[in-house]
Amino acid sequence: MEKNNMNKKKNINSHSILLLITVGLFILLYAAGYFMYGFGANAKGFEKLQNFLDIFRTNAALICIACGMTCVMLTGGIDISVGSLVAMDCMILSVGMENSGISPTLLVPFVLLIGIVFGAVQGYLIGYLGIQPFIVTMAGMFFARGMTAMICTDQVNITVDNWFKQVAGIKVYMPFELGAVVNKRGVKMVPYVNIPVIIALVVVVLVFLMLRYTRTGRSMYAVGGNQQSAALMGLNTKRTKMITYILSSFLCSIGGVLYCMNTMCGTTTQALGLEMKAISSAVIGGTLLTGGVGNVFGSFVGVLINGTINSLVSFNGELTRLGGTVPNVVSAFLLFVFIMLQAVFAKLRERKQ
Amino acid sequence: MSNEVILSMRGICMTFPGVKALSNVDFTLRSGEIHALMGENGAGKSTLIKCLTGVNDFEKGEIFMGPEMRPIRNHSTLEAQKNGIATVYQEVNLCPNLSVAENLFIGREPLTKFGTINHKAMLNRARELMKKLDIQVDVTQALENYSIALQQMIAIARAVDMESKVLILDEPTSSLDDNEVEKLFKMMRALRDEGIGIIFVTHFLEQVYAVCDRITVLRNGQLVGEYEISDLPRLKLVAAMMGKDFDDLQSIKSKEDEAVSEEVLIDAKGLSHVRKIKPFDLDIHKGEVIGLTGLLGSGRSELARCIYGADKAQTGTLKVKGKETKINAPIDAMRLGMGLLPDDRKAEGIVEDLSVRENIMLAMQSLAGVVKRIPMEKQMEITKKFIDLLDIKTPSTETLVKQLSGGNQQKVIIARWLATNPDFLILDEPTRGIDVGTKTEIQKLVVDLAHQGKSVIFISSEIEEMLRTCNRLAVLRDGEKVGELTEDLSQESVMKVIAGGERS
Amino acid sequence: MKSVINWLKKVSKKPLFLPLVSVFLVLVINLVYDAIQGNYVFEFLKFELKEGALYGRIIDILNRGSEAAILAIGMTLVVSSSAGTDISVGSVMSLAGSLCCMLLAGFGVTHVRELGELQMPIFVGVIAGIAVAGLCGLFNGFLVAKMKIQPMVATLIFFTAGRAIGLLLTNNKMVYIHLEQFKVFGGKLWIFPTPTVIAAACILVMAIILKTTSLGMYVQSVGINPKASRIAGINSVAIILLCYVICGLFSGVAGIVATSRIYSADSNNIGLNLELDAILAVALGGNSLGGGRFNLAGSIIGAYTIQAITTTMYALGVAKAQAPVYKAIIVILIVVVQSPAVKAYFAHRKAQKEGGLAVAGRS
Repeated sequence: MEKNNMNKKKNINSHSILLLITVGLFILLYAAGYFMYGFGANAKGFEKLQNFLDIFRTNAALICIACGMTCVMLTGGIDISVGSLVAMDCMILSVGMENSGISPTLLVPFVLLIGIVFGAVQGYLIGYLGIQPFIVTMAGMFFARGMTAMICTDQVNITVDNWFKQVAGIKVYMPFELGAVVNKRGVKMVPYVNIPVIIALVVVVLVFLMLRYTRTGRSMYAVGGNQQSAALMGLNTKRTKMITYILSSFLCSIGGVLYCMNTMCGTTTQALGLEMKAISSAVIGGTLLTGGVGNVFGSFVGVLINGTINSLVSFNGELTRLGGTVPNVVSAFLLFVFIMLQAVFAKLRERKQ
Repeated sequence: MSNEVILSMRGICMTFPGVKALSNVDFTLRSGEIHALMGENGAGKSTLIKCLTGVNDFEKGEIFMGPEMRPIRNHSTLEAQKNGIATVYQEVNLCPNLSVAENLFIGREPLTKFGTINHKAMLNRARELMKKLDIQVDVTQALENYSIALQQMIAIARAVDMESKVLILDEPTSSLDDNEVEKLFKMMRALRDEGIGIIFVTHFLEQVYAVCDRITVLRNGQLVGEYEISDLPRLKLVAAMMGKDFDDLQSIKSKEDEAVSEEVLIDAKGLSHVRKIKPFDLDIHKGEVIGLTGLLGSGRSELARCIYGADKAQTGTLKVKGKETKINAPIDAMRLGMGLLPDDRKAEGIVEDLSVRENIMLAMQSLAGVVKRIPMEKQMEITKKFIDLLDIKTPSTETLVKQLSGGNQQKVIIARWLATNPDFLILDEPTRGIDVGTKTEIQKLVVDLAHQGKSVIFISSEIEEMLRTCNRLAVLRDGEKVGELTEDLSQESVMKVIAGGERS
Repeated sequence: MKSVINWLKKVSKKPLFLPLVSVFLVLVINLVYDAIQGNYVFEFLKFELKEGALYGRIIDILNRGSEAAILAIGMTLVVSSSAGTDISVGSVMSLAGSLCCMLLAGFGVTHVRELGELQMPIFVGVIAGIAVAGLCGLFNGFLVAKMKIQPMVATLIFFTAGRAIGLLLTNNKMVYIHLEQFKVFGGKLWIFPTPTVIAAACILVMAIILKTTSLGMYVQSVGINPKASRIAGINSVAIILLCYVICGLFSGVAGIVATSRIYSADSNNIGLNLELDAILAVALGGNSLGGGRFNLAGSIIGAYTIQAITTTMYALGVAKAQAPVYKAIIVILIVVVQSPAVKAYFAHRKAQKEGGLAVAGRS
């Protein structure tokens, strides 16, 4: 046994290295931000715990979606329909509550059900008919975006007061007033998160457990590792794929509900390009594009990295003027670095064999 | 050793379109034996295995399992596994990204009372199993961290743990070094002693004699015989595999052809490719047909590929027409006037969705470069010329090459190279899987090419074919060039060198 | 009757069958619609000369479909050679447009109204825009061909960064070039809409290249069987790289056209979702997205068909934002029909009819 443990220490493989790099990068980024915008005379608020928690608040939906995307990518596929599905969910919720006066108690389960059906159709086409995931989910993307416009082409703001709105407004304060600060007017500010953040964190934990402790979860890894082998070892690869896409769309619908809680509106252009953010978060988090390697924790950190970049830019007045562009460029550059790292590791492994 | 029959295949027949792949083959496996299944390319070994494991659906025959002779018929490898027949291939069919323990137990993991995977129990069972089979690995590590040899052993362990009675090892040793092979053999012997029947498919004669108890030999889809290992010395085995019966065809080369020019075209010194071919020397004269012989996997294809640059040579020097050259990619070799007809027609020969014309023009066009397109009239002229010359049976020049029969596809590739007017042509198994008539045509063509002053490397698993066409034979065994024969070419002499052991 | 069925069977196997049928269907829908509306039945086909320019629904489709058609040329090569798609083309279009406008106006300047305000001749800016798009293609090609990264993922980098870099170049503002000399690329040339002329020129250039060089054969050969191509002396890395560069260059051309149409660099909207149209055009043109044999004419007809569908939908009163629903349904129908499982099912049915033995051996 002792010998085994020794081996383990020596044998940190390339996948853990990728994850370590990701976590290290996040710490480095945050530390840089701390010294630039949260230290001494420069202090602009980056040092505050609330700023850290805000990264979670703005990205709660993305965290959920990235979890689903990770599962899909583990099986070697891709799901680019998620952004449009979020937009459709938001539109259904907004129009349902605002224009038709339907209770959110009905609407939220309905939206989740739509997610499952949507995923089942995509999963069937990919798993059982063997059509390329990219094409199927691209059609899904068109469909959901078009349906959003079919429901309503205008922006619908949720103004009705119901539990949906109330839940969205709940502030969950840090226990023991952790990180509390007193502002200029002498009011004590206790850092808080909101309900979507808590839901998103629960999702991360649940998906993590699912991937690790259930046969379905392990099958996803197996299918991504080598589909043919997985089938030979007696796994139902078609069903596994279908379940994965159902899960992705379901998690995406949860994300849609959270997104709606944050924005409180539905428009046709909502969540444009969200799928690419989810994919790049997963890649930065060490999920291998060829499938089989990765975990939701990495993707979670990936989302935080993207969020931190956004936050950093927002503290720089000069860059803020340029809007969403700088984070995109930085994010794309990081994506490039990680893809290259993955390619290099893949080549090294090939050579070893 | 109980030695009761646990698997019996009777009168298996199987046809692929146009080819009788297996005719009336019997095979018997007893418990507690390692049984070698031998035969050259196209002998039907893999087809027989595929019939057993449910990959192929055979037309006639029966399979019985166990001493009680229970009739079975598998329709998938999964079904075969359930019937106690497990296969471990050369390329391991496990998931490289999962841990060793998971690879052993995926799909049948021990569960906790909540229905989740009990990782602890799984690890413990995996460790026990590894200990029992004496495989030294850390079961928590990803499979890809271990060598192919260990991965194969883990695959075998999985099969054993699933209570397989019959274990098929399909060329497991091709990518292993001697040390690893020995470890694998140790494991095989241990399993044999536990009463498992092992079918061992390999091309390495040494290994057969090192580990097997019994040999079944197939040739041309027919059973040659089943032998106790002690009753079948090497030479006899080689004879059984290659067939001794000369056919009636007259020798197509006349005596005066024997005199070849003194001019050396290719002079290779110490070329090698790691794990594929050990350093070798070879010189080829102008107008000479040199045969490379040896069993499949002996390095006969690899040697040729090394000269051509299909697998870039890692050591040694190559002189072409007296000038030292460096070949990095096939195009370099082509510019020096070489051409290669690869042995795997489907994987490396034809471009199946291109037309006959495009397939024939491919090499000539790539010599001309992408910009200088050969005018259509000239393309048609060349295509038609070779369709006539080689008698390629195709409805038109624009027919997709995948729609032609195997023999005609082969002729298309030959035409591709002849169109470049090469000085030196490597033909790797040009006559495999094609009918007798076409075979003779191709053999005649080879001799004709030599007449025209071109040099040819001719590789084939049929000795008589080589004897008819070649001036000189180089013999390979286990990735090494072991001898050259020029005078007194006969089946006897060649087989002796191939078989090894008794040095000639 | 039987001969008709046989004829149909034969025709349906022709490469251009799918795109031509689509065009035909669109045409019929238009005719029926016009008839119901009480319009002149051939309204769809009518075109006239108004104020020195051609007008008409067909002209409109040809005009608006230009960018997609130009992109489809490059995309066809990329799909054929690498069995993957370049999703960065829309983003690269916008980058090309932004660079061109920025160079012409100078960094930070948002309006150019006089010829004298230009920082450099228009053609230099245009060429710089196209060249930078070519560089993006080179980068994509390097990742795909040399680093063996999946095409979609490799091109994801410029999909994300292309627009953003464009915005950086234009200082996050719209840059207007109010000059007739610049508007001409998206305007009219004599009586024809210039985009149509440019698209025609691009198609012509590519057709000539395919006719006079052996690029087409190389690309297909690499796409079908890279190993066999290598043995026959083809450098597949170079060929795939070249395809991505060509795809990049054409994205640049399309970007210039789109920018000139609105005489401004609008990084956020130029080429938005056009990569999807281009991919769809390739699939609709009867080309397999799994690479291999390609048919350029099919892709181009496919691109115009998509535009015809869109235009028709607008004519039928479908809102612009809703059009994707129908597009999605069309895509799914096409890929389901082409999917291996469905094909195998029909092959199986056919085999059952003919009596199974022969096919059992083949499978």
